[in-house]
Amino acid sequence: MKREVPLVIVFVSGAFMAFQYFVPHYISAAVYQYALNWTIIVGIFTLVVGIGSLVGLHYDRISRRKEQWRYSIVTLVALTFVTVIGLYSPDAIQNPRGLFMHVYFYVLAPVTATMFALLAFFIASAAYRAFRARTVLASLLLLSAVIVMLGRVPIGEYLTGWLPEGLRFSDIAKFILDYPNTAAKRAIYIGVGLGVAATSLKIILGVERTWLGGGQ
Amino acid sequence: MRHPKKVIQSRLAFFIYSVIAFSRAFSQPSSELPETNFIFRYEMLAPPPGPPATVSAMDLPNDPGKGIIVSWQKAPGDNDVFHTVVGYAIYRSQFADSGFTLISRIPGGSSSYSDSDTSLVNGRKYYFKVAALYKNDTLYSSPAGPAVPEPQLFHKQRIVVLALMLLFSGSALFLISRARRGKNVYVRPIAGIDAVDEAIGRATEMGRPILFVPGLGEASRVATIAAFTVLARVARKVAEYQTRIIVPNYDPVVMTICQEVVKEAYAAAGRPEGFNERDVYFVTQDQFPYTASVNGTMLRERPATNFYMGKFYAESLILSETGFVAGSIQIAGTDELVQIPFFVAACDYTLMGEELYAASAYLSQEPQQLGTIKAQDWGKVVAILLMIVGAVVYFFSTPAGDSFSAFVQGG
Repeated sequence: MKREVPLVIVFVSGAFMAFQYFVPHYISAAVYQYALNWTIIVGIFTLVVGIGSLVGLHYDRISRRKEQWRYSIVTLVALTFVTVIGLYSPDAIQNPRGLFMHVYFYVLAPVTATMFALLAFFIASAAYRAFRARTVLASLLLLSAVIVMLGRVPIGEYLTGWLPEGLRFSDIAKFILDYPNTAAKRAIYIGVGLGVAATSLKIILGVERTWLGGGQ
Repeated sequence: MRHPKKVIQSRLAFFIYSVIAFSRAFSQPSSELPETNFIFRYEMLAPPPGPPATVSAMDLPNDPGKGIIVSWQKAPGDNDVFHTVVGYAIYRSQFADSGFTLISRIPGGSSSYSDSDTSLVNGRKYYFKVAALYKNDTLYSSPAGPAVPEPQLFHKQRIVVLALMLLFSGSALFLISRARRGKNVYVRPIAGIDAVDEAIGRATEMGRPILFVPGLGEASRVATIAAFTVLARVARKVAEYQTRIIVPNYDPVVMTICQEVVKEAYAAAGRPEGFNERDVYFVTQDQFPYTASVNGTMLRERPATNFYMGKFYAESLILSETGFVAGSIQIAGTDELVQIPFFVAACDYTLMGEELYAASAYLSQEPQQLGTIKAQDWGKVVAILLMIVGAVVYFFSTPAGDSFSAFVQGG
């Protein structure tokens, strides 16, 4: 029974979602909207569960004095502080000069931007490893990468501008991006689309049950 | 000839054409020839103002009801040359000859308006007028209608999707039943999945944990559901080998499911006491703070193996490069096309697109699951055939196709 009830709910919900896509009638649209609202409500409740998990984890780390446990204090203090200032100022989000938005603009946003900025350095290190010409395929990858990179910056045009049209780096880069690259991307898209359809069908029919936890 | 220069003065439009001589040898204008040989001057008067013509109103197709679409022919002067129509005003009434009230104003250049006012009543008749708004004049069309809003029971524009869905589902069901009857289905080896056992064994030998990152997708994303499948398999092996698994989560719903999956896996392995709820935890629903937290976990715990399965965005490379620095074996799987190259560059194994979805069937080897993989292959065959037909049809619609036809016919 513990297994059957969720399976029936999933079958009915999945079949309805597929049905409503083809039926624009207002009753179908209303039920769909109702289901979406419930999803939001359930999501909000699970956020409470999530915060409980976060607090429990960091409390555990502090009480057991695990490695770098002091950072857990920072996490819990920040969580409490932002929650309190958010709750005690009703217009917290609307007021850009309030303390809540100051924390957002001058603490969270710069920290987030810093993490994102690291990506540039990681791209360089990953590209260095990926482009080492150890095999024929890796050499081909290196060659196409060099052509595409040079073809999209002015120095590429400077180096090959004297060549006839069609043989310059910019032309070859455009060809690589427009044809082999697009063909490969579309092949993956088609595979992904069919995979999504097959997985959805397996879930609706109850063939795929891992989401139940264990799947037995 | 260069593109005409357009000069608009009030209701007059001038087109000035310049003709430049080119020498045969060069694609650039020759310096030896005069640049401008002729100038034509053509003057055109803007048409006199008039109301929008042929106004029609009809039920909005494929809608839940309470929708009417009003369309008209643009008023004189509403074109790319003159732009003398400032906008259009739409009026509605329940009577053909009176009671019209303004419902909307829209900018010039429009030729239709979709009236989806919730106050409309399905089954009731409505009439519409459209007024062209000139700078100094407002000119009304004659009433159009009646139009009766009705809800539709079937979205006609989605009939092809329905046909393909039925075809695919039918094939899948047929292949599932065939697989159940014992017909063998071959699935090519997937290196990333084959490496799972080896990676968990390595973690056990090294006495280090395993990190499983289920991505930034919600539980409703199919890629995340596919990630649960891989997690179930990994957690089962982890429980058998008595290793530790850490699952940091971006979404609280995903966290709840991951906890259940790992808990069940420990129970199935006969070690329910080994499950630690604190190891499957929620971090935050902010992308880069989540990334920072996972990176911190990697550098503190030094996991032997990192799994990245599900939806990933800009954080994919930040995570996988940090994992590389931490010296972990890394197995990734995502259907996010843009992130696949990053994972390929930084990870030891990558499940690309559909391989992530195939992982479930590949791991379980259940006939009904394998049947759906076969259905995917049939779908690909249909897609390839459609592409070939499309390419041939397109070719014959081009001048090259015409020449080819003439050549074949001996012309």
